[in-house]
Formats: sequence, C-alpha cells, structure tokens
Amino acid sequence: MRKSDLHGEFFIQGNIACAEAALAAGCRFFGGYPITPASEIAERMAYRLPQLDGVFVQFEDEIASMASILGASWAGAKSMTSSSGPGISLMLENIGLGIMMETPCVIVNVQRGSPSTGLPTSWGQSDMMQARWGSHGDFAVIALCPKSPQEYFDLTVKAFNLSEQYRLPVFVMSDAVVGHMTEKVYIPPVDELEIIERKYTSKKPQDYLPYECEFDAVPDFAKAGDGYRYHTTGLTHDERGYPVMTEECHVKLVNRLINKIKLHADDIIMIEEKDTEDAEVIVVSYGITSRIVFPAIKIMKKKGIKVGYLRLITVWPFPEERIRQLASKVNGFVVVELNMGQVCLEVERCAKNAVTKLVPHPGGGMPQVETITQAIQEVADAR
Amino acid sequence: MAQLRVKISGFGGQGIVLSSYILGKAVTIFDGKNASMTQVYGPEARGGACSSQVVISEEEVDYPLVDTADVLIALSQEGYDKFLPILRDQGILCYDSDLVTKLHSHDRVIAKSIPATRIAEEMGKKIVANIVMLGFATAQAEISTPDAMRQSIRKSVPAKFTDLNMEAFERGFNYQGET
Repeated sequence: MRKSDLHGEFFIQGNIACAEAALAAGCRFFGGYPITPASEIAERMAYRLPQLDGVFVQFEDEIASMASILGASWAGAKSMTSSSGPGISLMLENIGLGIMMETPCVIVNVQRGSPSTGLPTSWGQSDMMQARWGSHGDFAVIALCPKSPQEYFDLTVKAFNLSEQYRLPVFVMSDAVVGHMTEKVYIPPVDELEIIERKYTSKKPQDYLPYECEFDAVPDFAKAGDGYRYHTTGLTHDERGYPVMTEECHVKLVNRLINKIKLHADDIIMIEEKDTEDAEVIVVSYGITSRIVFPAIKIMKKKGIKVGYLRLITVWPFPEERIRQLASKVNGFVVVELNMGQVCLEVERCAKNAVTKLVPHPGGGMPQVETITQAIQEVADAR
Repeated sequence: MAQLRVKISGFGGQGIVLSSYILGKAVTIFDGKNASMTQVYGPEARGGACSSQVVISEEEVDYPLVDTADVLIALSQEGYDKFLPILRDQGILCYDSDLVTKLHSHDRVIAKSIPATRIAEEMGKKIVANIVMLGFATAQAEISTPDAMRQSIRKSVPAKFTDLNMEAFERGFNYQGET
C-alpha cells in the first residue's frame, strides 16, 4: 500500500481533509505561505508530501508561492497552494498568468473576515467576487464551495480534476468554519476515486503546436523533456504560444478562454436542491451558510410557506440558467451569505421579475434565524 | 435524544479543543454516530478565552453551531459566565469548582462540580485536568458511552501518556459530583 492510500473513516478537520484530498488526487507540489485560518493545509502538506516523494516549499510570500505552483504544473506536477483573503490578494497577478497560460493548479481560499487583515481567526465569505474578478482582465473561472469536511475532501479532488480537464487554476472557496470544523470523513481507497489526469498530445513534435485547438476547447500538453518545442507567455499569443499583438489574435484567445468554461458550464455546475419545484420562496446559499439556513427554513415551512433550498456547490460558473428557470415559477429568492451582497448580485441578475432579498452578514458571526425568517416572509408576501 | 449539543469552555492551553475532539471522535468513530465539532478562539494561543462545541446526532448534523446547549462544561469563570445563559432549562452543567467560584443561580439547570484541575495536580500533571473533566461529564451527562471515550482517548493522546490520561478519565468518571 502506498502511503497516499490513506483510507477509511476519520474524525478530522476540514483543512486536513482538503490536504489529504489533494494527495489522493495526485498533488505532489505545494508552494505556500502560512496564514490563519488556512495554515493547517500547509502544515499537513509539509508533513505528508515528503512521505510521497513530493515537494513542499514555504516561500517568502504568496506572490512567489503562486508563481511556484504554476512552474511546478508546467514541469508536470499537480500543484496546489492555500491561503486566505490577504494572501489571495497577493496571488492575483499570477493567478491571471495561470489563466492566460492555461495552467492546471488548485488554489484553496479559507475565507476569513475581511477587508484587509480583517478577522484572522474568524470566518467570512467575502472573497467570492475576488475569485471571480480579482485578477485583471476578462476570463472565466471555476470555484467550488464545500459545506463540510467530507465535501471539502470531495470537492478538492474535483477541483484537481476540473483544473486538468479545463486547464486553469481552480478555486476551492472554504471558510474558517468549514476549515476548522471537525467531522467524520470517509476517504475512499485511491483506486476508487475518479481522477482525471493531464491530457498529453499524441502528435509528433514537428506537428505539435502548444495552443492549437477548437474555439471552445482545451489544448493538449506536451511533456517537458520529451523533445517538443514550447513557448508560453502571459502576452496575447497564437497557437505556437508566441506573442502576437493583433486584434484578431486577442479576440480569438480571450473568447476561447471564456468559451472553454462558459460553453461547458452544464458539465461543471453542481447544485443541490430541496423542495424547489413547487416553492414560493427559494433560499439560496453556499458553503457554511447553507447549513446555517436550516432552522429558518424549518420554521417557515411550519408556518405553511413553501420554502425551497438551493445550494451552490459550484459558485463559478454561476448556474444562470437554473436560476432563470426557477425565477419564472417563484415569488423570489432569499440569498444568505457572509458578505454584504456578492453572489446575491448574480441571483438578482437572473431573477428577472422575481424578488431577490439579501440577508447579509460581514462575517465573524452568523445571521440571526429571525433575520432569515423575516426575509423569507417578506419574499412570500411580495406578490 | 435526537441531538446532543455540548459546549466546552475555558482558556487557551487547557486542552478545550482536544477535549471536544476526543468527544467527537468517541461518538463518531467508536459509537457510530455523527458529530460536528467547531471552535472559537482568539488571536492568542494561550490564556485567551476559548470554546468549542460538539453537536452529536444519530442523523447527519445539518446545523453545526450551538446556540442553545444541552450540556455545558466550564473550565473557567469567564466561560461559565458567558455560556450559562445558553444552557437550556434542565440542561447539565459540569464545572471546575476551583476555577469557577463566583456562582450564579443554578435553579433552572442541573449543576455538577468537580475540582478537576486540583485532581490533575494531585496526579502530578495539571495538563490532564481536561481529561478528568471529560470522565466526569461522561458519567454525569452521558455525553458518550464510557467505552467509546476510553478508546478515543487512547487514540488521541501521545502513547507515553496513555496511562496517565486513562487514570485521569477514571478519576473523573468515578468522582461523586458536588451539586
């Protein structure tokens, strides 16, 4: 048994489950800088990676950390970093580079109270739009939100798969509650996990172009050291990977970077729904807040209001189509999130004539049950 | 009971988080239930207020926070003062009688006390006070089956301190509580 084959039932912290998932998915390089409430991921990786002939490096800062996981990925390793808001802010430039060069890797953001250094030891969900738009430019991203240590494990594996499949940095957006929450986690044997490996070209070196592919597709990699000519850059580039500063080349590249996610959103998006089909009001939440809303939903159901539950497992790409469908049937949506209204803006955009009511909280605490029940009542009364 | 919500409070360095970890592991891994453990702590590592909570359930735990507790374990005056109001009526309070000395009315709760830290000091290791308290709460509040707790402690503490911790657990478990 390889040491990575840690399997069975464990009572472990979310951040530890995340690290073990990365290892199970084949991650063998971690570059990072410690920060509360994400440090346990780095700590675990520092302990475990050497056992698996992997590499752990603590860098001088988050800028270097992000650069390192791009480099490791290009060298052929599955790579990851983890941080919290302040560290992610420093990583943003290189995240953009990763998106432009189409570099598979995973970034875990254990969100804490923000802005700035905010609340180091307490929670928030206020980096949701940062994940979406934080790095400059137009692009598409993938971000997954776990609600429990078990799902933190499952979604971290999934994040590696998506990053390889669509060739981009994928965000796992947890928070200080889920990161430090300890629950029972089942880790399956490695050979029972669905793992998507990197797709390498079958072309001969003389026929291969690094970025040659369809308008909505993902180019194949060539293995470093196998004799392929390679060029990649953050500048607008053509199929050869060479910088080409023309409008035509730029339009084509930016569109493809977006299309490869946007046109395949149905394959990427995961949502959980309960009682949404005949609902008057649908409560939309994600991550830890999706567990905080239960008491309020229960109370309002008892009062006779038909309340549905929609949990975003994938927040980016946003499930526009599903929200539009539901919007035509319901009074409206109540969006509960630990920020002052971020994902709520997306719901509102898709809700058309249906009402969208935000229950905001800046983090460090949780919205009161009464605030949520009141919002549900208001939306129920809206028509 | 469908759900048991346990709040453990004290200050950093007392092993508050470890206590709730041992409890959570006992009920999940050795008793086959579900449990969700969360914690609240300040920027200080030691000395600051610290609390953790375990929600134990036969079902999956939807709501992981403890707004109202069924059991409160208090290892500091501050933790006792802060969380006594969230202990439900007829809920069980277990507190360290040397560390919690300014008492409020216990009319609506069932209060049990033990000098856990003093007992641990008598054993030569103040550090096992949390385990003495876990033993006491296992007996008085039935937070877990004693056997699951014993197994969980064995799996959670350094091997060279197993005997010490097992003894601490038994001391607490067999202590006749003062009310």
